[in-house]
Amino acid sequence: MKHFLNIFILIALLGFAGFTFAEPTATAATVTPTVEKGDTAWMIMATVLVILMVIPGLALFYGGMVRAKNMLSVLMQVFVIFSMMAVLWAIYGYSIAFTEGNAFFGGFSKLFLIGITPESLAATFSKGIYVPEYIYVAFQLTFAGITPALIIGAFAERVKFSAILVFMLIWFTFAYLPMAHMVWFWAGPDAYTDAKAAETAGATAGFLFQKGALDFAGGTVVHINAGIAGLIGCLLVGKRIGFNKESLAPHSVTLTMVGASLLWVGWFGFNVGSNLEANGLAALVFVNTLLASAAATLAWTAAEWIVRGKPSMLGGASGAIAGLVAITPACGWSGPMGAIILGIVAGAACFGAVTSLKSMLGYDDSLDAFGVHGIGGIIGALGTAIVASPSLGGTGVWDYVANGVAEYSMSTQFISQLWGVMVCIIWSGTVSFIAFKFVDIMIGLRVTEESERVGLDISEHGETAYHV
Amino acid sequence: MKLITAIVKPFKLDDVREALSDMGVSGVTVTEVKGFGRQKGHTELYRGAEYVVDFLPKAKVEVAVADQLVGQAVEAITKAANTGKIGDGKIFVTNLEQVVRIRTGETGDEAL
Repeated sequence: MKHFLNIFILIALLGFAGFTFAEPTATAATVTPTVEKGDTAWMIMATVLVILMVIPGLALFYGGMVRAKNMLSVLMQVFVIFSMMAVLWAIYGYSIAFTEGNAFFGGFSKLFLIGITPESLAATFSKGIYVPEYIYVAFQLTFAGITPALIIGAFAERVKFSAILVFMLIWFTFAYLPMAHMVWFWAGPDAYTDAKAAETAGATAGFLFQKGALDFAGGTVVHINAGIAGLIGCLLVGKRIGFNKESLAPHSVTLTMVGASLLWVGWFGFNVGSNLEANGLAALVFVNTLLASAAATLAWTAAEWIVRGKPSMLGGASGAIAGLVAITPACGWSGPMGAIILGIVAGAACFGAVTSLKSMLGYDDSLDAFGVHGIGGIIGALGTAIVASPSLGGTGVWDYVANGVAEYSMSTQFISQLWGVMVCIIWSGTVSFIAFKFVDIMIGLRVTEESERVGLDISEHGETAYHV
Repeated sequence: MKLITAIVKPFKLDDVREALSDMGVSGVTVTEVKGFGRQKGHTELYRGAEYVVDFLPKAKVEVAVADQLVGQAVEAITKAANTGKIGDGKIFVTNLEQVVRIRTGETGDEAL
């Protein structure tokens, strides 16, 4: 146990060693920052929509898929993880993810949200346009809240509540925050005044941002990140008692459909909100998000109908989520037809992953956190390179120095995307493995066999979901 | 006196109740039950997982009748619950030693 602790502390020190306490680059003097009330109002709405995705959206989506005796455990895990992440985000999460530090971790300059006032501004993707920093903090908080909650689907119905909370604390700190920093932290468009300034500003950005990896709303940071953590989790925790022997059928596909629909609606806040402004590009993101999820629903349903003989409601709901996951990284660069194609590919591929890959490899990813978020996220992240291409109806990538769309090379972009995917898989996989092992040694991951048979609602929470 | 226990398809329950009332039976007891017979169960698919549901839901109707009404009652149930498809159910007839109406203490045919 001591040995593991030492390794853990060592990693922590290595990670934080590069921290600096520098303030973020000041905005170029030539630009007058503008805050539009419309943008602000939209960001407040978008933040509320993402909260709706988690509570109750994700909670019900997952909850419906477990047996009735574990319903409350899933609801409670999602509910408490979200609350815990919200507080951690304000204490140190926001600072580590979104202030300047090294390429992997941000700094401590905004610990406890220090220095942020109602007048503080956060950059958008347009020069001179800003949103109040407080709403940016809150919007990003919701992302930090939903991502760890996604992971629990992989090992639902068998892990201790306490073990989950400790794991999430570690994972949030050493996997979510650095991934968010690597992918999303940059000095903002106003720093890109000329080639030289762009070079200076670019050097302060996160590692994957510098690699040119595109991730509009969190394909790597949220979905691959959570999916891989889930896969490692279900491999280390082991299968549920009765897996492949007893019926572990969902207790309410109805609630799962309600949850999936709330996720779908909330996702417009997630993706469109990631645009940070209520403008034309936001409208494109909206259309892409809608079309990809609809196409993926059809693709999953069709695949299931052909392969299994019957189109199921659970399949339809899963398809919608797979499409939403896949369009997440691409939604700001894809055209509408690209979104449909991406949705179809994701819907069919995720169906294959959860029906064939899972049984082939024999792991028990209870609610398919990896099958849907991991696989869908990887398809989306790599597919972004294809659908972003202006020759295929995408928007291409904006050059903030030339103030126009840059020349687009699909192969170069694909390499950049591959960087994003690989770094995420390796980083999240490593942190997850160490964190699960640590928690297993400290408090044990699994509940006792008796508790698992009785159900987590009674054994872990002392209550039952339904009194009929 | 005989006790008739009929296992029927749940959606045929109302027809059975009506047929029995029409011939003058004044009370039945109904239980929701599960079981298997010649009608095979079905398979449910949830994403990758396939579960075979062996036990199908049925309705169990219990009715006590006087000896002379047994034939008529069995015929009424058979007619009402018949769909011609497998899984229509079965009727069991057993001897009934005693019946007591709790409120009045009446026994035998009087209590039916």
